Amino acid sequence: MRIPLARIAHCRSGDKGDIANIGVIAHDERRYPILVREVTAERVKAFFGDRARGRVERFELANVGALNFLMHEALGGGGTVSLRVDAQGKTLGAALLGLEIEADEHELRD
Amino acid sequence: MIRIANGQGFWGDWLEAPVRLVEQGPIDYLTLDYLAEVTMSVLQKQKQKDPALGYARDFPPLMARLAARLRERNVKVIANAGGVNPLACAREVRRLAPELKVAVVLGDDISGRIDSLLARGHLLRNLDTGEPLAAIRDRVLSANVYLGAFPLARALATGADVVITGRCADAALAVAPMIHRFGWRETDWDALAAGIVAGHIIECGAQATGGNCQADWQSIPDLANIGYPIVEAEPDGSAVVTKHPGTGGRVSLATVKEQLVYEIGDPRAYITPDVVADFTSIRLAEAGPDRVRITGARGSPRPATLKVSLNYAAGWKATGTLVYSWPQALEKAQAADRIVRERLAGLGLAFDALETEFFGVNACHGPAAPPATDPPEVQLRIGVRGMDRKAVERFTREVVPLVLSGPPSGTGYGEGRPQVREVVAYWPALIPREEVEPTVEVVE
Repeated sequence: MRIPLARIAHCRSGDKGDIANIGVIAHDERRYPILVREVTAERVKAFFGDRARGRVERFELANVGALNFLMHEALGGGGTVSLRVDAQGKTLGAALLGLEIEADEHELRD
Repeated sequence: MIRIANGQGFWGDWLEAPVRLVEQGPIDYLTLDYLAEVTMSVLQKQKQKDPALGYARDFPPLMARLAARLRERNVKVIANAGGVNPLACAREVRRLAPELKVAVVLGDDISGRIDSLLARGHLLRNLDTGEPLAAIRDRVLSANVYLGAFPLARALATGADVVITGRCADAALAVAPMIHRFGWRETDWDALAAGIVAGHIIECGAQATGGNCQADWQSIPDLANIGYPIVEAEPDGSAVVTKHPGTGGRVSLATVKEQLVYEIGDPRAYITPDVVADFTSIRLAEAGPDRVRITGARGSPRPATLKVSLNYAAGWKATGTLVYSWPQALEKAQAADRIVRERLAGLGLAFDALETEFFGVNACHGPAAPPATDPPEVQLRIGVRGMDRKAVERFTREVVPLVLSGPPSGTGYGEGRPQVREVVAYWPALIPREEVEPTVEVVE
């Protein structure tokens, strides 16, 4: 079934220069394998369209059930240079909660 | 065990937080992080106008307000409030609170040595783009090395009540007291990594205690009285993240994890001046109400280079806004945007960047935003950036006229013409560690 990422994870995002970082954390670490399978760098890049101009990297933190994404050239120049209201990518983690992912019902059972 | 609290996550953070940390429960060290990436250039400009400025001006009055309590409770303060003028900051603290012993850490400011570094073949390439500094050398406003925790620990060893630094790694503010009290050596990689993890968790203040927390945010109690984070650090590197009892907010696995992944790159190699910490090595566990224990941190040897934060002048920018109401609010805002762009082109004005966002539709999330169907109102936000100040000035005259000469039902121009602002850009680079010689000075 298709579910929004928000059902199994929460996020926090920020910046380093023109690179946005989005941490994606499983509410329950048992759902971490779903994140690993579903929330790939390619899908995140496609989700943000022309906002993710550069490459998207993914890193795994299995110890806390989280993924970290780096989106390069994603903030209109970054920091003080950017003309965007969210020049530091503070809301990108919230956006990603709307990503639709596939999960089997048995994977979501307690 | 020592208790290290952080009462400021950036310059502009809640003024009451450090006071409450000192008054509402036991702490041994109070850290205050004032310096964002571009703060140094703002301070540099203030210092150019007045050589007695160039530091976080909130800090000396805060020390005066807290002085008696700090002495009474034996709380030491470690703050990067010095900006580009740590000595002036220290003198002002001494003037307002003469009972406090103040030590400063110097040596992060390398702005006077850039040409000598370049002449010796250090290109100071931009870490993100690879471009050598020569491209913008004549526009550099400030250059500061991120210092590590050891010089800060030496400053604590002078017996100072207040340690003031310029640029240093944010987490170093919290690691310094651990080095000072636990006697950690420069090669105790695992212990130093543990300190960095704890410091990273508290360096953004209340972001570790339920602030800006997405997980179940509506259930987080009493954000109005949120408790700022405290680390209970042990000599073996293990630590508990907590907050004072009775304060608002929450410390849970979720709040700590959100901060753990905040503004990091490769979690296996979180590079700091003192150690390369492996964030994938730690274990987190609930340890009672509003308590999360961190154990198991692993570190590897510190890098041979130190990061330099340079700021340079990058032209001018301005952003103008207009609000359009239902019906067809988005279509009207889009039409207004096309008109502004056509008029700018007609004037022959060119910019390095011209960006339009539609508030209420896609400003925050761009193409990831859900589709909007005829929203009640939309704000057009259009901005330009360029090296030619006159062109940016001219742009500021092109937004408000649309109220009379563009699509219908435009409003929200009460602030008048947009302001032209100077753009200061950030240039991260590396230099060999040997180039930097931090010193400690007690200010009488």
